[in-house]
Amino acid sequence: MLLIPCPYCGPRPEIEFRYAGQAHVARAADPSALSDAEWAQFLYLRDNPRGRHAERWRHTNGCGRFFNCIRDTLTDKIAATYRIGETPPDLAAGAEARR
Amino acid sequence: MVDAASNKPARAAAEFAPVRQTAAAPSAASPYRLATGGIVDRSAPLLFSFDGRNYGGLRGDTLASALLANGVRLVGRSFKYHRPRGILAAGSEEPNALVELREGARREPNTRATVAELYEGLAAVSQNRWPSLWFDCMAVNSLFSPIIGAGFYYKTFMWPASFWEKLYEPMIRRAAGLGRAAGMPDPDTYEKAFAHCDVLVIGSGPAGLMAALAAGRAGARVILCDEDFEFGGRLLAECRDIDGRPCAQWAGSLLAELASLPEVRMLKRTTVFGAYDHGVYAAIERVADHLATPSPHMPRQRVWNIVAKRTVLAAGAIERPLVFGNNDRPGVMLGGAVRAYLNRFAVKPGTRAVVFANNDDAVATLLDLAAAGISVQACVDPRGADAGVVRAAAQRIGTRFVNGAVVRARGGHRLRAVDVSAVAEPWHKLTFPCDLLAMSGGWSPSVHLSSHLGGRPQWSDALAAFVPGPLPRGMSVAGAAAGEFGLAACLAGGAKAGAEAAGDCGFAAKPVAMPGIGPEPIGIAALWRVRAKRGKAFVDFQNDVTVSDIELAEREGFRAVEHLKRYTTLGMATDQGKTANVNGLAIMAELTEKTIPATGATRFRPPYTPVAIGALAGHHRRKDFKPTRLTPGHAWAQEQGAVFMETGLWLRAQYFPQPGDNSWLDACNREVTATRNAVGVCDVSTLGKIDLQGTDAGLFLDRLYANAMSSLPVGRARYGLMLREDGFVLDDGTVSRLAEDHFFVTTTTANAARVMQHMDFCHQVLWPDLDVQFVSVSDQWAQYSLAGPKAREVLQKLVDGQHDISNTAFPYMAAGEVTVGGGVPARLFRISFSGELAYEISVPARFGDAVIRAVVAAGAPLGIRPYGLEALSVMRIEKGHVGGAEINGQTTARDLGLERMVSSKKDFIGRVMAGRPALLAPDRPAFVGFKSVGDGAIGAGAHFLPVGAEPSARNDEGHVTSVAYSPTLGHLVGLGLLKGGSKRLGEKMRAYDPLRGRDTLIEVCSPVFYDPEGARLRA
Repeated sequence: MLLIPCPYCGPRPEIEFRYAGQAHVARAADPSALSDAEWAQFLYLRDNPRGRHAERWRHTNGCGRFFNCIRDTLTDKIAATYRIGETPPDLAAGAEARR
Repeated sequence: MVDAASNKPARAAAEFAPVRQTAAAPSAASPYRLATGGIVDRSAPLLFSFDGRNYGGLRGDTLASALLANGVRLVGRSFKYHRPRGILAAGSEEPNALVELREGARREPNTRATVAELYEGLAAVSQNRWPSLWFDCMAVNSLFSPIIGAGFYYKTFMWPASFWEKLYEPMIRRAAGLGRAAGMPDPDTYEKAFAHCDVLVIGSGPAGLMAALAAGRAGARVILCDEDFEFGGRLLAECRDIDGRPCAQWAGSLLAELASLPEVRMLKRTTVFGAYDHGVYAAIERVADHLATPSPHMPRQRVWNIVAKRTVLAAGAIERPLVFGNNDRPGVMLGGAVRAYLNRFAVKPGTRAVVFANNDDAVATLLDLAAAGISVQACVDPRGADAGVVRAAAQRIGTRFVNGAVVRARGGHRLRAVDVSAVAEPWHKLTFPCDLLAMSGGWSPSVHLSSHLGGRPQWSDALAAFVPGPLPRGMSVAGAAAGEFGLAACLAGGAKAGAEAAGDCGFAAKPVAMPGIGPEPIGIAALWRVRAKRGKAFVDFQNDVTVSDIELAEREGFRAVEHLKRYTTLGMATDQGKTANVNGLAIMAELTEKTIPATGATRFRPPYTPVAIGALAGHHRRKDFKPTRLTPGHAWAQEQGAVFMETGLWLRAQYFPQPGDNSWLDACNREVTATRNAVGVCDVSTLGKIDLQGTDAGLFLDRLYANAMSSLPVGRARYGLMLREDGFVLDDGTVSRLAEDHFFVTTTTANAARVMQHMDFCHQVLWPDLDVQFVSVSDQWAQYSLAGPKAREVLQKLVDGQHDISNTAFPYMAAGEVTVGGGVPARLFRISFSGELAYEISVPARFGDAVIRAVVAAGAPLGIRPYGLEALSVMRIEKGHVGGAEINGQTTARDLGLERMVSSKKDFIGRVMAGRPALLAPDRPAFVGFKSVGDGAIGAGAHFLPVGAEPSARNDEGHVTSVAYSPTLGHLVGLGLLKGGSKRLGEKMRAYDPLRGRDTLIEVCSPVFYDPEGARLRA
């Protein structure tokens, strides 16, 4: 079980959260200007890295807020959580990430 | 002294007697109990029964020690060969002594007698034998053992395939298998608990106690867990002095200090069974397993989720059996277990013993046996010069030392003698009569929890054992679990690990003085199997895996450890091979002439010992797992005799039967007719309800709905359609504007949570700048639909006089706040799902019950009838409204004939994708109505086929989504999705339903069967 630090509530057990997909998938300001390829990218194509991944999570059974989370898909180590709209923290890709 | 030989006929007779002998007085004096010593309470005698016979034990006994104290050696039959089995171990690793514990609904199969704490009235029954433990018909399996070796089932029960389910599997399950489940609902409760700590210490032996003390003294929050019902681990089982005191006593003073530390929590009867990410550990506390029945409100067991910053694994080690012929005979026991029974339980596990070991652990066994007055016939050690300390100990107690190996145990239900082959004279067999063989193949550190997150244990040649490999973050290992086998090393290792763990959590450790103890030898030379063995040599006792099975697996190419495991079932029993795995893979390594590290080890996974599913479920059973949601009008509906149906978590009235009804259809038809002709009332409280406020609420709804909402005037309602970003319809509902900055939204019952989540996502992630706040008020408002030509008349009696609800003042699609019944706040919406003049009235939930009663009382003179989901559904089909069967996640607004609702003047979720060419294709299935032309029945799911066309996927033109008998029109009416849709009105088609064997002619028509002009709802 993961301990997920909600940026609003602090560390809480995983069962309080729901995964909500990849983070930083921005909806275009003018959706009609997007090409078909851009739409496909926006709607369907997601990263599937072995390592750090920026994800959206929601503290469903808590404050109810969506937030962003950088999780290592290999080790489940959570490098950072931050609020929606904030820029991802600058994480030096150190040895830890590739542990 | 009870002798097995004289005992046997008497027991067998009792087993065969029609009435079981249960009233036999227990022998007051347990013949094998030592007069002094141990940590059992001689002033607290307990009665218990095994296989219907009564015995006496003491508080502090396990079932195993109490059975041994009474001279009971035979306690079970083995899994496959039904061989007589006794007690091998003294802890949770026990593979043999599995019993059914308790009776009736509390019956619990496969309980290890070695960890079952004795209580007054405990009832246990042996397993896997028929008709009795002493005479087991299935023991004949042993004779077939050359045939039923490893892979027997795989090779034999292959053909014909259909026989597997009907014949082979039931047959095998009856013959093999272990205990029987209770077959009744578990009457006990289980619960879950969460705990956080700085340092979790797993195991309370010498290393664990020192770790807990060092961390506790430093001030860290410590949780100390032990699976046993007494803390102390091996300190309770050994006869050693620490600081000049017996080690159990020394442990007692440490425990007293730990108990006095406010930040130290001690959990006994608690097995930490799994290690998980981020320092989370799961543990099972057996709260009431030592009681006949739990006290009221006491859980039987409790699952702990322990979040620890640091963990010290001090789980000790598990002794390995030696592998020789008939090494499973009752009376063959692990040396450490023999010492535990002698020193902790004050029980003599035999009267004449032989000790067989490949390591210096034999010294303690020899001395403890002698001290208990048990004559030791021989001490057998395969090591030559290295066995010096063992030879010296044997000499000290006057026992013959043999440099050699036990090749075979003799005896059936009980060990009678062992055959020994000496290194010096292998041709000359020595036979030593005995009823106890204390064996030791060395100790395997309990590395299980260290590897749950994937770290592979590493082999140590010096210790002939696996030691922990890469550790989970935050874990350190101390004592025997780390391969520190000497007592002094355990104490020092524990203290160091505890102090470091506390230090990592920011607590400066105070030095813990090391107690004085004498040295001890820990030498070992691996002996994985006795090659000169005679008879079956068991590796995995619980799954009956022998050396021959491993040899067979090797010959047939199943050499990789994971293959070996699955082919022979080595280590796959309920004990997960705690005593078997290392021997098994070491033998495979010998056979393949590889090293043990090259052979590898299978992975350990949680749980460490079996955990009941009930405990994992905790309180989440039945309605606590899936709660029922009831509307505020539920009690009223119940009084009306409503038949309820589940919709999601809700219970909703399906119909209201009356005496004389032949079926639900009679009730449904009556309710439809009453509503169409007079007035009906339906509880629609289950609709999702969302209250939105804020200056940008209208703009927010514009972006969520396909149609415009910001243009909605105050005091008006509008039907709304919500799309997903990919262009398909998500949900429909109504939006009402109560004030410039105040909207009230309803969703379908099924999609309430999804729509709320969608709104949360859109606001929090996409448009956090919008000034809008919203909250789900589904449970806060009771809502009723009043429909029918007399609906207004009923309502006028309820709504307080100052509110004008005439057709002019409150027309179709009006919405507003009113009061009812003299000041009860209410919201009134003139919206219609049935197609009649209709209102939905919403009141705070606490008035829900009173309002529905008032509505029915006011409507009684006008012929009001409550109607349920069936009637609601029939009326919406008659009226051609889309429902859940049409909004199925694959339909667009255009498919549903709702394209006129879709705004082209604004952006909203799903707009661009709804315009993709594929979704505009003219032959997409689109919403139509149909009437039955033939007389066959039609059900939802039937396919539309052209008349005369061959039924094939190529000719499929769509499907029936909803169908009902219309009492209003007197025939079947249906809705469906048909290629070409409304362009095909008047065409004859077939509704083809091969699943139900139906094929009916239909005629395509407009989906609106009833009042297509909409005059009635505007009346």
